Amino acid sequence: MTTAAAWAKKNLFGSPANTVLTLLGLALLWQVVPPFVGWALIHASWGAGTPESCRQAGGACWTLLAERHRLMLFGLYPYEQHWRPFLAMLLFVALLAISSQRRCWRPWLGALWAAAVVLIGVLMWGGVLGLATVETAQWGGLPLTLVIAVLAIVIAFPMSIVLALGRRSQLPAIKAVSVGYIELVRGLPLVSVLFMASVMFPLFLPEGITIDKALRALVGMTLFTAAYLAEAVRGGLQAIPKGQFEAADALGLGYWQTMRLIILPQALRLVIPPIVNQFITCFKDTSLVTIVGLYDLLAATKASLNDPAWRPFFVEGYLAAALVYFCFCFFMSRYSQWLERELAKGSR
Amino acid sequence: MKLTHAIGAVAALALMGAAPPARAGATMDAVKAKGFVQCGVNLGLYGFSAPDDKGNWTGLDVDVCRAIAAALFADANKVKYTPLSAQQRLPALQAGEVDLLARNTTWTLTRDTANGLDFTTPNYFDGQGFMVARKIGVKSVKELNGATVCVLPGTTTEQNLADYFRAAKMTYKPVVIEKNEELNSAFFSGRCDALTSDASQLAGVRAGQAANPDDYVILPELISKEPLTPAVRQGDSQWTDLVRWSQYVMVYAEEKGVTSKTVTVAQKSPDPDLQRLLGVTVGNGKALGIDEKWAFNIIMQVGNYGESFERNVGKESRLKLDRGLNALYTNGGLMYAMPPR
Amino acid sequence: MRVTGLWGSARFRGVLYQALVIGGVVALGSWLLRNTLTNLEIRGIATGFGFLGREAGFDISESLIAFTPADTYSRALVVGLLNTLLVSALGIVLATVLGTVVGVVRLSGNWLLGRLATLYVESIRNVPLLLQLFVWYGLVTALPGARQALNPLPGVFLSNRGLVIPALDWSHGWPLLDSPHLAGFNFTGGLTLSPEFAALLAGLTFYTAAFIAEIVRAGILSVPKGQVEAALSLGLSRGQILRLVVLPQALRVIVPPLTSQYLNICKNSPLAIAIGYPDLVAVSNTAINQTGQAVEGVALVMGVFLCISLGLSALMNWYNKRVALVTK
Repeated sequence: MTTAAAWAKKNLFGSPANTVLTLLGLALLWQVVPPFVGWALIHASWGAGTPESCRQAGGACWTLLAERHRLMLFGLYPYEQHWRPFLAMLLFVALLAISSQRRCWRPWLGALWAAAVVLIGVLMWGGVLGLATVETAQWGGLPLTLVIAVLAIVIAFPMSIVLALGRRSQLPAIKAVSVGYIELVRGLPLVSVLFMASVMFPLFLPEGITIDKALRALVGMTLFTAAYLAEAVRGGLQAIPKGQFEAADALGLGYWQTMRLIILPQALRLVIPPIVNQFITCFKDTSLVTIVGLYDLLAATKASLNDPAWRPFFVEGYLAAALVYFCFCFFMSRYSQWLERELAKGSR
Repeated sequence: MKLTHAIGAVAALALMGAAPPARAGATMDAVKAKGFVQCGVNLGLYGFSAPDDKGNWTGLDVDVCRAIAAALFADANKVKYTPLSAQQRLPALQAGEVDLLARNTTWTLTRDTANGLDFTTPNYFDGQGFMVARKIGVKSVKELNGATVCVLPGTTTEQNLADYFRAAKMTYKPVVIEKNEELNSAFFSGRCDALTSDASQLAGVRAGQAANPDDYVILPELISKEPLTPAVRQGDSQWTDLVRWSQYVMVYAEEKGVTSKTVTVAQKSPDPDLQRLLGVTVGNGKALGIDEKWAFNIIMQVGNYGESFERNVGKESRLKLDRGLNALYTNGGLMYAMPPR
Repeated sequence: MRVTGLWGSARFRGVLYQALVIGGVVALGSWLLRNTLTNLEIRGIATGFGFLGREAGFDISESLIAFTPADTYSRALVVGLLNTLLVSALGIVLATVLGTVVGVVRLSGNWLLGRLATLYVESIRNVPLLLQLFVWYGLVTALPGARQALNPLPGVFLSNRGLVIPALDWSHGWPLLDSPHLAGFNFTGGLTLSPEFAALLAGLTFYTAAFIAEIVRAGILSVPKGQVEAALSLGLSRGQILRLVVLPQALRVIVPPLTSQYLNICKNSPLAIAIGYPDLVAVSNTAINQTGQAVEGVALVMGVFLCISLGLSALMNWYNKRVALVTK
């Protein structure tokens, strides 16, 4: 008891100013928490039902989720086939979970990724093994968000290494091209890049070749992410002490050998946390593909609120979507912080 | 490992995504080769083009797509739909992503010339109207001075609105949102006093998206001409002809009183016009470069214009629109088919 | 033998690589350009910036300069640009203030407020901005209509038409109080903050402030404790310590990441198109749709955003140099 009182005195009521702040905080909580609990829990309507049953309950309408969660999660994907994106989603999560374990950072992880991505592709597209073909135009919801975010990072990664090496290059022309690309893209809003990808790509390609909407959005996201990722990789390269380069020179190693054997293995280890952070950004940014007409998680949530009867309960729908985004992003950011400490420990 | 698999994924995506060439001048060959019509439609406008619960597209515009498929492949279902926003529709057609744009698009001089499109023939004569909440008690557009008006950006609607208020020396505040659903929900939440769009579209929004349709009225005045017309890329007259004549055939069938139910019987009719229409007397199909049964298939599988109208937007639908301007010319409307001979 | 010798020369390889890269970029560029020109020609799409001088024919809901549908496309784009700059500038100021307060509160030593601030930062940072904008816009438009407007203070009205406050009217040469009142459909007089603007500003501010709070916190934590103790032992007051010792050193750490957050506000402002605020991208999208000239429209927007980014970076770099100098 005394320890609790001492703790409270130290942390809550240490000085007059501190006491005022604490009281302000308590007042805020008093204003917000009881009405929220009443709305979200006590008066809420749970389980299956109709918009009418929600209106009668008067509180939060979690019935919306019970009734419409499949549209929110899977978008326009054919209803009877929903098990396919569901499995694909589980595969993605498992893949991310395995990749987060340091003891799994072995060459076979790459093979696992390749196999998993092929499997996910087969699940989503179908067309083989008796699965009905589902075109990308019908993909939607969380699986689409995951597909775009993960593929954009995976494809942007090698591009970013090339760009970062280019930016650090002694050769002026190569440096200029890399700097030009990175700064150009980083100066642009993602909306513009996506809009360009959706409207102008068809004009850039030879007459008669068209690529589908989802692929265009993916290309836009990838080009955008590569520029930011390149800056993260450059940070890693800059952190390598000059002595390492000089030692490699003294050993008579060429540029490519130096990079491949000495510099990149060290630099890339350093940049894993920023890469995870970039993945978080990329994951959140996929919500913008709704602007070019794809049904990602956010757009599918909006679609499920399009019915006039459910529209008044938009807060519940958005809260649910926000919670999904939050779970992914929060755990990834915690992971990135943990990893940063772990890796720092190793190098000491 | 990661790199190679990434490249593989991109290549695979590109292969899956690459459509066969849809070069101007050879649209019909390309469509025949791939075996379906790629049709650009509205993202979801009840009565014109909207997917039902099972994901099947229906509507007046969708019926144009289906008619082309019936004419080409004797199967009205050989259509793939690309839902397009108002912003996306023209670039999508220009870029060859769709073979045909049947998406309540107004035929204007600029679009016909500078935008590289060709229009076939209107499938719905519309005009721009205003919808307001019944409770604000407005009876005429003239009373809307100072009102806040919800409007889709980049449409002829937006320009007509500006022109009309300018001419009438009235002021208004526009609220422009690119997505139909967002715009409509802004209107229904009371953000705007009025929602303006093509009158048919207002009826669709009211029937499909209002919590209680009776709470809203569509004002009597129409402030513009909106001939909604399917569009194709400029400079491929063979394809333009096919779309245009497929539309005419639906109107002509109604003029002649042939419906999907009577078309089989009509084949035996001694009327030379009908014999030519239904391919009993050959020639029309060859001229268009398709099967002689093309018109028969359209009427059989899609129906005549009147059937399509009533089913999608007329008496049999929730919209309950009158034929009005879209009645046959013999009934005081503007629907007049050129003679298919 | 000679070839090997040449290949062995780093200089030669450098020139070769550069020639290859330049050649590749030029080839790619000209290929794209040729495709684009061919495609535009085949599709009969007009090219050039001639449309900028034509009449726009559409109205814009809010504008800092006078605008009517009879004005040109170029003026419409300027209106959009000014709107972008307005919301970005206000967003930068508000996010900096809020972010600093939250960052300091997290370090204040008050357990309760520290936890609340952490809750705010974590929940805002991990949810997409676009989703937050939809929520803000939904909340703002769920307010009562103009005729049932909330009237919390005299002359201040809050409704789904926005926030209306009294303003000073200088048109007569001296200030007159211009109080808003309901006339017809809407309020006239006073200053109006439209729902679209309010939602966008709130979204940008609260989202970015969460990031700025972390930057401020890291900046203050980067100042060694010994510095504060030394200052205390010199008899400096708390305010003096903050102003003379902590801030100058913390700013050195804070300014570079702060710059990129400011750039983010500008680059996130085009999300306006989702909720109907007429920013540069929204106006140019309308222009593109009316004229069909997507290439010119997108190029213009990209050019303008590059200028904004470079300008803001230059400004912040200049400020950063000043901060860095002070600490020397």
